[in-house]
Amino acid sequence: MTDLTDLTVADIRDGFRAGNFSAREVAEAFNSNVAAAKALNAFIVETPEKALDAADAADKAKAAGEPLGALAGVPIGMKDLFCTLGVQTTAASHMLEGFVPTYESTVSGKLWAAGAGMLGKLNLDQFAMGSSNETSYFGNVISPWRRGGGDNAALAPGGSSGGSSAAIAARLCPAATGTDTGGSIRQPAAFTGISGIKPTYGRCSRWGIVAFASSLDQAGPMARTVRDNAILLEVMSGFDPKDSTSLDLPVPQWEANLSSDLRGKKVGVPKEYRPDGLNAEIAALWDRGIEWLKDAGAEVVEVSLPHTQYALPTYYIIAPAEASSNLARYDGVRYGQRDLPDGAGLQDMYAATRAAGFGPEVKRRIMIGTYVLSAGFYDAYYTQAQKVRALIARDFELAFEKCDLLLTPTAPSASFALGEKQADPLAMYLNDVFTVPASLAGLPAMAVPGGLDAAGLPIGLQIIGKALDEQTVLNASLAIEERASFTARPDKWW
Amino acid sequence: MSIDLQTVKKIASLSRISVTEAEAEAMVPELNNILGWVEQLGEVDVTGVEPMTAVIPNRQRLRDDVVTDGNVRDKVLANAPQAEHGFFAVPKVIE
Repeated sequence: MTDLTDLTVADIRDGFRAGNFSAREVAEAFNSNVAAAKALNAFIVETPEKALDAADAADKAKAAGEPLGALAGVPIGMKDLFCTLGVQTTAASHMLEGFVPTYESTVSGKLWAAGAGMLGKLNLDQFAMGSSNETSYFGNVISPWRRGGGDNAALAPGGSSGGSSAAIAARLCPAATGTDTGGSIRQPAAFTGISGIKPTYGRCSRWGIVAFASSLDQAGPMARTVRDNAILLEVMSGFDPKDSTSLDLPVPQWEANLSSDLRGKKVGVPKEYRPDGLNAEIAALWDRGIEWLKDAGAEVVEVSLPHTQYALPTYYIIAPAEASSNLARYDGVRYGQRDLPDGAGLQDMYAATRAAGFGPEVKRRIMIGTYVLSAGFYDAYYTQAQKVRALIARDFELAFEKCDLLLTPTAPSASFALGEKQADPLAMYLNDVFTVPASLAGLPAMAVPGGLDAAGLPIGLQIIGKALDEQTVLNASLAIEERASFTARPDKWW
Repeated sequence: MSIDLQTVKKIASLSRISVTEAEAEAMVPELNNILGWVEQLGEVDVTGVEPMTAVIPNRQRLRDDVVTDGNVRDKVLANAPQAEHGFFAVPKVIE
């Protein structure tokens, strides 16, 4: 019999409807994989009973002939950045340890309303700040992937959505939510050989998602196939009056309109993404990707995004600035931890609470943000960064006069060993070099696996599209998926 | 411009994060490294460029001026470290 945990979201949805298996059987199979994978540390909280409840509701609705939601019978993982009613939500921080929301985030609420069940809350970098999942208060997530040749070094699943990427690659869930501020869906997807899409800024409501950098934060799905991403994104998207930056637009039928026929499409290849010293295997995969898209009927043109080199420094001013403001809410008064030293006054309590509740990377970013927003430095840093951001966005606008989508690598390398880049924050920041520019411009961008490197680790490609054109992003990703025929999976060691 | 120990302590104080002497000292080179790296933005010619505040054009919406929420005091207080008599409680701020 088929192992139910090897099925895609589409397979589960369709097989459940066809009566090939019950929703309960699916939920039990994934619950059991989750329970057996403690070594990966992908979950902060496991909620097997929630998965079973949703499955039972789906089975009952089916038996009664009632209409079924788009995700009826499909259990998923929820990044622990989404507030979930009655289930601890921590953002992987000590600050929010024990925080049990009295409300549900808009995106998670839409998924449950569509019939999905929750397997648990997935680990991440603390407050989504990191690229390796090494800043979680609840410990590192370990990638299910290992290098070949008996090298058992624990590898990074990417970050910040590292619990999501590890869990999907290890078949602990068929799909999960992620959030992407500068690459937090795409880079972990690339590191673990799965797909993930960050939609256009404003497609998914930010309401109820623990805020990091509000002008950049965007939720999106992660799964093993492009089709599964389209299915989830349709459910997650849509106007929400509770988020002032939510786009009041209808949600397209992305799944129904999937097509890997790219005839008539022009693919731009930005020359600035091929710096001297680009990893040779990444460069070779990129070349293969160009051939794949040509084979799908697309025409390939070279384009220029001249301000690319300034994207990372721009991001590392804007994101910390917004974080320092957003994280001011953690004051030990309304929710979260409180540290009240003997005889302390209110100001001492704030400072002690925040010293105890935030990890080192979070403190570093709050302090950088505070500095660049402080009197005397605001214009030199923050205003300048906002202006350069405008130039980066304009680069994309000009490039899109010549093409319909862009093809680039997702990350500059395959996964690295845990601890390898921990000592130098700057070296870690450079991981996001290919993903940050699209974030700054608010554009939809998707990571899709392309192959394995010489060490046997996944490497991936990124498709960036015009604002609101998720369909072309999904379609080009599908064209790559069909040609890359990526079927590799990690050998089970956990 | 590079920052010194005093500046780090001032930023920590503005950030309401208490730091020990040793922590502050360790942060001096770390923050200088990051700030030194982002300073390359100064070389970009931004003449005539407006600072970007919204990436995707959107309009600010107004809603009807009616009550749509409220009467959830207990929910609001449910996660408070200390709630008393229906209020958030903090250390005494007025003698």
